[in-house]
Amino acid sequence: MAENKNYLNWQKGISSWLLTLDHKRIGILYMITIFSFFLIGGIFALLMRLELFSAGEDFIKTDFYNQAMTYHGAIMVFMVIIPGIPAFLGNFFLPLQIGAKDVAFPRVNLLSWYCLVTGALIACFSLVLNGVDTGWTFYTPYSIRTSTSVIPVVLGAFIMGFSSILTGLNFIVTIHKLRAPGMTFFRMPLFVWSLYSTAIIQILATPVLAITLLLLIAERVLGVGIFDPNLGGDPILFQHFFWFYSHPAVYIMILPAMGIISELIVAFSRQNIFGYKSIVMASIGIAAVSFFVWGHHLFVSGQSEWAGIIFSGLTMLVGVPTAVKVFNWTATLYKGSLKFDTPLLYAMGFLFLFLIGGVTGIILATIAADVHLHDTYFVVAHFHYVMVGGTLMAIMGGFYYWLPKMFGRMYNELWGRVSFALIFIGFNVTFFPQFILGAEGMPRRYADYPLPYEPLNQLSTLGSWFIGGGFVVALIAIVWAIFKGPKAPANPWGAKTLEWETTSPPPHENFSETPQVTTGPYHYGN
Amino acid sequence: METKPSPQTKPLAHHFDSYEQQESAGTLGMWLFLCTEILMFGGLFVGYVLYHSLYPEIFKAGATFLEWKKGGINTVVLLISSFTMALSIYYAQKNKMKACRMSLILTLFCGLLFMLIKYMEYSHKMHVGIFPGKFFAYTGEGNVEGLALYFSFYYLMTGLHASHVLAGMGLIGWALFRAFQNKIGPNNYKPLEYVGLFWHLVDLIWIYLFPLLYLVE
Repeated sequence: MAENKNYLNWQKGISSWLLTLDHKRIGILYMITIFSFFLIGGIFALLMRLELFSAGEDFIKTDFYNQAMTYHGAIMVFMVIIPGIPAFLGNFFLPLQIGAKDVAFPRVNLLSWYCLVTGALIACFSLVLNGVDTGWTFYTPYSIRTSTSVIPVVLGAFIMGFSSILTGLNFIVTIHKLRAPGMTFFRMPLFVWSLYSTAIIQILATPVLAITLLLLIAERVLGVGIFDPNLGGDPILFQHFFWFYSHPAVYIMILPAMGIISELIVAFSRQNIFGYKSIVMASIGIAAVSFFVWGHHLFVSGQSEWAGIIFSGLTMLVGVPTAVKVFNWTATLYKGSLKFDTPLLYAMGFLFLFLIGGVTGIILATIAADVHLHDTYFVVAHFHYVMVGGTLMAIMGGFYYWLPKMFGRMYNELWGRVSFALIFIGFNVTFFPQFILGAEGMPRRYADYPLPYEPLNQLSTLGSWFIGGGFVVALIAIVWAIFKGPKAPANPWGAKTLEWETTSPPPHENFSETPQVTTGPYHYGN
Repeated sequence: METKPSPQTKPLAHHFDSYEQQESAGTLGMWLFLCTEILMFGGLFVGYVLYHSLYPEIFKAGATFLEWKKGGINTVVLLISSFTMALSIYYAQKNKMKACRMSLILTLFCGLLFMLIKYMEYSHKMHVGIFPGKFFAYTGEGNVEGLALYFSFYYLMTGLHASHVLAGMGLIGWALFRAFQNKIGPNNYKPLEYVGLFWHLVDLIWIYLFPLLYLVE
């Protein structure tokens, strides 16, 4: 029994976890929270797909379908994908990657986890009241008039917003003030850069969501009329406010995913990243442009044609830095000594799916095409290709990649690959048909559809079971690895970033002595 | 007699290498937090500007209901409080702790005065039926169609601001408590400075609210 002291065993007991100020332990708390809610959100998704297996109302009631659709969206967005990468993997690895002992404000870090949990519980409390059926976007005027329990969910999202703001604030200060000696800005790993651009969006956009949600609560409680046309208000203003946050928010979801992909592709092709600075600039560029594209959600809601044209052009602009990254990743893979372990498989899955998601985004940014495709399954397929095919693939890839560091154990390569294959194939079977359904005009969010849409819907539902199965396999593989996996060395991948220089799992203070940085992050000597 | 706080009373968290690093991190964090506050109020200001341009006559009529004298007094009160707040930091730096505590008490008093005057304004309006939103029941002189919308903005903006005044008073109370414990001093005035930054922001927001709501033509 000569086990080294590490962050997992240096303190014991439940309160040493619930009151911990260690960024690594807080990362683990986030991990448990996020995957629990992922399970709940996933069950809602499977229920919806089950109902859509055949035309007509057959498995669940239409009212419940509307609620399942809302909870699936709200849970996956606010409790899974937004905190998913920054608060879980970012919390754990940002300080390690820049050679710091912790984030700048450990207490604030813990507070932000409690904000997430409190907000999530308040939001879920609505389930035992009347549920909520507005969709995760809470569009007015319906969200003001519906008799369902909108307020707890909106209040929950408001509180969870603080979690996001506090995490972003902590990360910006950490990156500015806590880098190890020699760790200049342009020696930081690209994952850190992606978290930095994400944090900027979290800080600048989330407060606008906060005031929007407060106004919505005031609208329901006091009837203030700001979004109510009966009192001279304008429901479209809600959409503007909402998307001023929620469009940048999709970059909160995808930017850190891109950061993980950079790390994975470098580590598994074993050569320096192609175009480091252009990827950095692309991250910042995406963050900057993200604030000026929200109007593409309102092409058919009644904004002026000129606004539409400008928003359309700006939206397409996002494609430029995004494509820069995709080309850089591809160029990095070129002539690399590739090792197709599970993390790289997920990264390749990301490249493939995200490309489809991104290109269909350009189609939707084209106003004329959007008028036809707006609010159809084409949109559903598009953002699932980006959010699941992009973000979730990156979370899974990053999780497998960093699991040896986090828990000091290796996962089983075969089961990792099986989980990837099931999720990847299932995902395409589920969502590719939805592009066709959408182009054929099937509207989203309905519990029912005309008979001609049935075959493709059945295919889609079939795929959803594969995704579900894939995540069950992944869960089993990960839990097995954490508790029973073989011991992992400090650097199983031969990766070059700082987190691999310390032991697995890292000690409480991360490094036995503060690292001195003399090179860029991916120094493979080629 | 003033006790000089020794440098040991200033805690250095384990993950910082130096006090300078710790303090500059705190300052940056505070400024970032103030950015989020401005953006949150920004949403309301955008709404105000939008509806003001849509319905200028409602906003003009609404402003006549507000007592600009009380609003003006409140502006002066907050400006004084910002001054005393700044003084308290100055005195803490100079190790004049009695004056520092006195300035904080004055600041707190100004905050209280502001809330009292605000309360008088609110209760006066509600007395004649000017409630927010759907509870608006005023039918008397000067009523125009859509006046409720103006008062929605009035209550929302001043209400959100007042909640920040209360939060700021809480923070000042905490700083005062720390000052009495001798945990604030020339070596350790940063927490006080952060409270001050927040208080100045609350003051600054009022500086914009006052002309927009009370003096608008």
